[in-house]
Amino acid sequence: MSWIKVRPYTMIAPSVIIFCLFFIYPIFYMIYLSVFDWNFVSPTMDFVGFENFISLIGEREFIEVMRNSAVYTFLTVFFTLSISLFLALWLNKQGGLYSFIQGAIFSPHIISLVSISMLWMWLMDSDYGLLNWFLGLVGIAKIEWLTHPDTALFSLVLVAVWKGIGFNTLVFIAGLQSIPKDMYEAAQLDEASPFRILYKITLPMLSPTLFFLAVISMIGSFQVFDTIAIMTQGGPINSTNTFVYYIYENGFRFFKIGYASAAGVVLLLVISLLTIIYFKLLASRVHYR
Amino acid sequence: MAQIVLQNVTKIFKDEEVVKNLNVTIKDGSFTVLVGPSGCGKSTTLRMIAGLETQTSGDIWIDDQRVNDVPPGKRNIAMVFQNYALYPTMTVKENIEFGLVNKKIPKEERKKLVSEISEIVGLTEFFNKKPQYLSGGQRQRVALARAMVKKPKVFILDEPLSNLDAKLRSQMRTELIQLHKRLGTTFVYVTHDQVEAMSMGDEIIILNKGEIKQVDSPMDIYQDPSNTFTAEFIGTPAMNVVSYERVCSLLPDIQTNAGFIGFRPEHTNIHSTVIDSDNRLVIPGEIITRETLGSEVIYQVNSKVGTCNVKSFLSTVERSNKVYMSISYDDLYFFNKNGERMRDVAVGKKKPLVLEGV
Repeated sequence: MSWIKVRPYTMIAPSVIIFCLFFIYPIFYMIYLSVFDWNFVSPTMDFVGFENFISLIGEREFIEVMRNSAVYTFLTVFFTLSISLFLALWLNKQGGLYSFIQGAIFSPHIISLVSISMLWMWLMDSDYGLLNWFLGLVGIAKIEWLTHPDTALFSLVLVAVWKGIGFNTLVFIAGLQSIPKDMYEAAQLDEASPFRILYKITLPMLSPTLFFLAVISMIGSFQVFDTIAIMTQGGPINSTNTFVYYIYENGFRFFKIGYASAAGVVLLLVISLLTIIYFKLLASRVHYR
Repeated sequence: MAQIVLQNVTKIFKDEEVVKNLNVTIKDGSFTVLVGPSGCGKSTTLRMIAGLETQTSGDIWIDDQRVNDVPPGKRNIAMVFQNYALYPTMTVKENIEFGLVNKKIPKEERKKLVSEISEIVGLTEFFNKKPQYLSGGQRQRVALARAMVKKPKVFILDEPLSNLDAKLRSQMRTELIQLHKRLGTTFVYVTHDQVEAMSMGDEIIILNKGEIKQVDSPMDIYQDPSNTFTAEFIGTPAMNVVSYERVCSLLPDIQTNAGFIGFRPEHTNIHSTVIDSDNRLVIPGEIITRETLGSEVIYQVNSKVGTCNVKSFLSTVERSNKVYMSISYDDLYFFNKNGERMRDVAVGKKKPLVLEGV
């Protein structure tokens, strides 16, 4: 082979090598590990076939983890997207005030999740937290934000939405600005009401953005880890334990690496399946220019 | 059908006065063309008529209604945009129907109107297609249909042909003229292309830097320009306008304080030898370029009065470079130092209109 033919491959080689080493290889190694019983250190790995998966499905805790993940993902995606869309429609204007608000709501995005978690733990503290202090001012009883199994998961959703809306709003605004202005002018001349303009023009034109954000925030929410590890450690009573935290706990705290890998495989399947469903159901309704 | 009146209309963007105290009446049923170089305020004027832009001061009347505070949708106006502004997520039918649905016109009537209009513009077979699958010309037709279906009092067209290729453009030009004849509605048309303006309009408004330069019929604008701007804007190539000082030595003394003299390339003859004539202006020069266009030849001639264009309909191409341009005194246009036309100045006696045997 001549150098001319080889050269392009050498150019993409670094990224391909990194991709294979840190993405493809771990995935296959995880699938490989999921059929073994191993504790990370013992020299022998016992092949157990699908036993890890069978015990995973039979575990009440894991079912709860799946349910928690689903609830967390649905609520986070739903509220993040709807609030962001609303804000984007409001903030998509020229002017210093609007830029300032945009910047302000974007700022959580650049703060480390660890800091955010610390901040919200402090705000949500049942006894000394600012949130309960405010509620006290208006005469509402204290809420056990992070310490009650009925509320903890929703508190985490609140944090995720708070962190996510800035970025999502920004992407929505970019999407809104790519809609040609004269289309709105034509609609104005066509006597369309603001609601009809939103429903018949803005939303269809925004559908690629909406679809993109829905897919990436769904995948991101399914993989939530930092806030849970810092704020609740999956508790109380397993009520905030989600996929990735569960995998981490089993793998790196209980050293059941085969079992954790099996959970990882399930997560991979769930996310792939959901993404496929998303594409099948929604892609046909998305209008690409 | 409606007449549009603009009274002292001014538009200021930030610190820039884009439209300066415009006073003009667009006649009922006319095909009025707003023409001018880019940045002359023609689109802004159009958008103010449509209500998409609010004038800083002044009044706009459509018929006997003052529309200053009337929203665009209520002005009974339909607009065709430069890049069509079709709704890409809707089919052709939905695009055409959108305005009618918004006006809550009953379904039966809507259906009748839409199919009637689609027939006229020949779109019936594309009814359920989305605009992205249509060609430029078809999209243009959808945009026209969308405007026509509302049966507006005024049609407003903002450079609707500028995105089409040359052949389609001339075809659509004819179609628009026919359409105007058939509908009899007032058309207000914006273009920067003087050929389009001349060929389509029955009234032309020439704008420059936010001011009206001339309002007239195409032939009057061509034959009787009011100022150097109009003279240099209309015609292909445009009128040669040279400073009077440079030419006066070649003319008999006529005691005038003219600033400029203009003559049309097509009124200019080109000769290889000096001609002696007592009723023609003769300017020696040198040919720089020759454009042979088939039916005509356009020469660019460098002379001591400046570079001039000459349009010759003779099939023989002038070969020698040293030439003489000659223009009948009757075909000279005089302008004062501000570029305004001086209609009372002439060299020699005007020729009688009917030519007596040669």
